[in-house]
Amino acid sequence: MAGEVITRNRKQAGGGFIPVGAFQSASFQRAFGRGILYLIAVSSSAVFMFPFVWTVLSSLKRGGELFRFPPTWLPEIPQFQNYPTVFEIVPWATWTWNSTFVAVVSTFGAVLTAALVGYSFARFRYPARDVLFILTLSTMMLPVEVTLIPLYLMFAEIGWLDSYRPLIVPSFFGGSAFLIFLMRQFFMSIPIDLDEAARIDGANYLRIFWQILMPLSIPVTATAAVLTFMAQWNEFLQPFIFLNTKSKYTLAIGIRYFQAVSGFADDSEPKYHLLMAASVMMTAPIIALFFLAQRYLVQGIVMSGIKG
Amino acid sequence: MSTEAMTSTRSSLPRWMTNLRAKEAIAGYIFLSPWLLGIILFIVGPMMTSGFLSFTRYDIVNPPEFVGLKNFIEIFTKDRLFWPSMMLTFRYALIVVPLSLIGALAAAMLLNQALLGTTWFRTFFFLPHLTPIVAAAVLWGWIFNADVGPINHWIRTITGSDNAPGWFRDPDWAMTGLIIMAMWGAIGGNTMLIFLAGLQGVPQELYDAAVVDGAGIWAKFRNVTLPMLTPTIFFNMVLGIIGALRVFAAAYVATQGGPAYSTWFYALHIYTRAFQYFEMGYASALAWIFFFVLFVFTYVQFRQSRRWVYYAGEVD
Repeated sequence: MAGEVITRNRKQAGGGFIPVGAFQSASFQRAFGRGILYLIAVSSSAVFMFPFVWTVLSSLKRGGELFRFPPTWLPEIPQFQNYPTVFEIVPWATWTWNSTFVAVVSTFGAVLTAALVGYSFARFRYPARDVLFILTLSTMMLPVEVTLIPLYLMFAEIGWLDSYRPLIVPSFFGGSAFLIFLMRQFFMSIPIDLDEAARIDGANYLRIFWQILMPLSIPVTATAAVLTFMAQWNEFLQPFIFLNTKSKYTLAIGIRYFQAVSGFADDSEPKYHLLMAASVMMTAPIIALFFLAQRYLVQGIVMSGIKG
Repeated sequence: MSTEAMTSTRSSLPRWMTNLRAKEAIAGYIFLSPWLLGIILFIVGPMMTSGFLSFTRYDIVNPPEFVGLKNFIEIFTKDRLFWPSMMLTFRYALIVVPLSLIGALAAAMLLNQALLGTTWFRTFFFLPHLTPIVAAAVLWGWIFNADVGPINHWIRTITGSDNAPGWFRDPDWAMTGLIIMAMWGAIGGNTMLIFLAGLQGVPQELYDAAVVDGAGIWAKFRNVTLPMLTPTIFFNMVLGIIGALRVFAAAYVATQGGPAYSTWFYALHIYTRAFQYFEMGYASALAWIFFFVLFVFTYVQFRQSRRWVYYAGEVD
């Protein structure tokens, strides 16, 4: 195959692509090319960052300032009190706590059980293991819409609606196919000799898992935990369907509620500046978490994608 | 073979004479049990239930009433939003996925040029992906504001006319707005990171050989980079399309499916029928059609992939 790639090259490569021009010195060309690349990198960074910058700036303006025409960049006087104000007009503190609670508990359950299941797939031989593993991977492609209606009916039947149980309990059953895959791949990269040495010393399977494999898997466990936490923090559909009471909202649906009422508020003053402050407050913890875990996280994402 | 070698180190007796194997299998199933139970309780069970419900009329208050194929017939013949929502969902996915794959690959190639400050550029590109979709929908709603949003301000300044798109309040532009929003989050996201790793995994010898053969920039890209990345492209494409076809939160928050149903995605249609009209049987039928379409679409992609995906490790 590689040979074929090269032969095809030979056919198409004739001539090359860079035109032979007057100012052709190689060093000039290289410097020019680099300059263009920097220009592209800086300007696309600006494009990607612009919505954040605009949101932060808007969150520091007074309500009326947002509707100036033409729009202004900087707030006249930064209104830092916009942030505490959000806590006054919607139960922001409660929502933040709810989101944190749901995300932390379900992350704990998902990572712990995904590690156990990954351990099973990586280290044990039993009938139907590979079939079950392929089944597991194929659930990644299953749209939640197909299961959501029966789950809703089931949770309604057992009286779990409007509680956090529908958001938390399923996490304790292996988390997700993606997490299981991630943990399994990592465990498979740990030499089995370690397990065997421990077995000779009389360790049982659980002990091998807990005292040999898990301590060696701290980076991947951290990645799994951070990714799950972020996904739970951002999750919209499930809390939206399972929760009704305003005080039980998570941030994702809280902010939507806030958005729905902020346009035409009771006192007729638009609250978009506060909505922007709320968006910043919802996003900031995720970005902070990213910076803390950046190195692990990038590795973990890459690892999950390499085995395509 | 290697597994047998492992067994023999564990026990000096032949494998079939010991019950170690049975013990190992039992332990394996025990560790697997949470997931097995989870699959039954939260995946297979509900799927079967919704399969059954799709042949019934069920409004939650009264018990399900068997109606045969009535739901499906109604969906295909009477439901005015079924075909449009299916079509626009596909249109959305078929625009967003290729564009974001191309964008992500371009971004990854840019970050692979050993520029100074690459870590910073990578972070800047990646941050949009971290933004919660709901927050992104809220902030883009403001940026796309037709009257005082910055985008329209620039458009008016550049074109010198007062005509600017209405974005989320204009049926002709709402979809474009959602596509731009999705691309903002997707180009610098996981896809880009995975491409970056893929690029770094392309053996340098291949490029050297290509240069010896006189390959220019384009020829190297076309004949080395691209073929070596096809498995990554395929992986990102399959998951990207599934994700894009399921779009819900972004549209629900930014446009509520409007204006004039111009962003009435399929998932919104299911949601509305199920949780606003409480037509659980009808919505289950919609969901199963969706599942079937996704399944066929994914299957076709896997079939097609044999023609264009190149696995370097594959023996043939």
